[in-house]
Amino acid sequence: MIAAANCSHRISIITGHYGTGKTEFAVNLALALAETGRQVMLADLDIVNPYFRSRERRQLLEESGVRLISSSQACSDADVPALPAELLTILENREIQGVLDIGGDPVGARVLARFQPKIVREDYQLIYVLNANRPEVRSTEKAIAYLRGIEATTGLACTGIVNNTHLCGETTEAEIRKGAALAAAVSEEAGIPVLCHVAEERFAAKLSDLPETVFPITIRMKKPWE
Amino acid sequence: MEKELWKGNEAIAEAAIRAGCNCFFGYPITPQSEVPEYMSVHLPQAGGVFVQSESEVAAINMVYGAAGAGMRAMTSSSSPGISLKQEGITYLAGAELPAVIINCMRGGPGLGTIQPGQGDYYQATRGGGNGDYRTVVLAPSNVQETVDFVQEAFDIADLYRNPVMVVCDGLIGQMMEPIEWRPIPKRALPAKDWAANGRRGRESHNIITSIFLDAEECSDHNDHLTAKYAEMEEKEVRWEEVQCEDAEIVITAYGTPARIALTALETLRSEGIKAGLFRPITLWPFPEKALHALAGKPHVKAILDVEMSTTGQMLDDVRLAVEGQRPISYLGRAGGVMPTVEEMIESARKALKEVK
Repeated sequence: MIAAANCSHRISIITGHYGTGKTEFAVNLALALAETGRQVMLADLDIVNPYFRSRERRQLLEESGVRLISSSQACSDADVPALPAELLTILENREIQGVLDIGGDPVGARVLARFQPKIVREDYQLIYVLNANRPEVRSTEKAIAYLRGIEATTGLACTGIVNNTHLCGETTEAEIRKGAALAAAVSEEAGIPVLCHVAEERFAAKLSDLPETVFPITIRMKKPWE
Repeated sequence: MEKELWKGNEAIAEAAIRAGCNCFFGYPITPQSEVPEYMSVHLPQAGGVFVQSESEVAAINMVYGAAGAGMRAMTSSSSPGISLKQEGITYLAGAELPAVIINCMRGGPGLGTIQPGQGDYYQATRGGGNGDYRTVVLAPSNVQETVDFVQEAFDIADLYRNPVMVVCDGLIGQMMEPIEWRPIPKRALPAKDWAANGRRGRESHNIITSIFLDAEECSDHNDHLTAKYAEMEEKEVRWEEVQCEDAEIVITAYGTPARIALTALETLRSEGIKAGLFRPITLWPFPEKALHALAGKPHVKAILDVEMSTTGQMLDDVRLAVEGQRPISYLGRAGGVMPTVEEMIESARKALKEVK
């Protein structure tokens, strides 16, 4: 399975510049991991964004066997960055395959800092999601600046880059290839491997020539009119 | 030009910088906090001034000061914060100062919710402050329009020496969409020879004020403002009509509900129901004549107004424009809940059934 190949580690931590599509990737990854029969938990640890959160897909996730952990607040829309105590289940129970959906930028990644001593004892990977259409991370230099900022804030080393270049409904194959080129440049400069290229199912077959695997996704974080 | 992926709020801030905004004063509030956040990093780099004020009230009064000195000044907030700015907005209008105010609306009343809302329509179009004044209110329904309108808002404000509001709901502020930076229409703008920025060889200082203690003088001032508002009504009104040419049911909606309506139209049309969308782009001036004319066409049987408001606020303007020519029904959701495509379809079917 592509998901298992990309996530041989027990815990996958999804970080990146905000708006790169971390949540879409995290939700798809958790669903794909659940398909392999593993016990999967997804933690929505975004303390930056109030909208388009993985918890909005609670029903879909739970029906698919993914346990979702989100804010401990009774009202999930309260703009209080409270962290769920259940997060420790992922960090301590080694039977569980965990996906941590982290808020954007070093600011969002700060939630991880307090768990750093626990995380480093586990089999984890810190994934940096990259979208070449986001103006703040379009250049190799800027993309690496955000990556290093996230590492500095969390005290964790990034282990892989995921190319998630898209333009919402206007995505083309060329866009994904443009992202692949940026990911390759960032990879070479930063010395961190490219894990995979995220592509909607309709593009996946056309991108088989890319050097890394293509991770096919179905758009789950839809807008109200989609 | 190559498309880029922008979040609504950060695009608002970048659009303002590109429009030459050189002073931003604001205070964080969800769901618009990315505007001051982006400004705090990028406006100083562009040579402008960013101040995180101690409150929304302070921010709008800083806008008054900067605008009075001839700067391109802006503030942004979300509903409860915009309520706090109302006194400042009427002072801006009274003193004839150009400024741009962004309201990324959330559900109310009071603190309400951080989810999207449109319950500030009355406040924006009727004036939440005291006295006889108007502000041009632009209501984008996607991120591309938002960046275009924010840039234009500065020109409109300068042209009329009047505050201009851009109202988007929280969803537009928070969502990601592809946009391109395209040129906005050029306008011939008057020199700011009224600005309080030093004598500069003038015989006396310019004075910025909204106080006219002499009744005759204040009356003349009001007549002058009213003539200006009449000009705005004539020249600045904007709207869009989608599939209205043969529509039997016309949905009136702005912002996010207008986006949702486009999906509803597809389904309704596929069922053989001739549905159209009338979308006010300026909430003030409201496209009254255009809607009146459309409602009077023989093919139109009924109107359905849809808003993220349960009381029905734009509904008043729709009624004033339609003037009883056709029956008007209403679909409203508030408190952070958006009307769905299905609810819109159902309401449209029902509205048509009632007239047939």
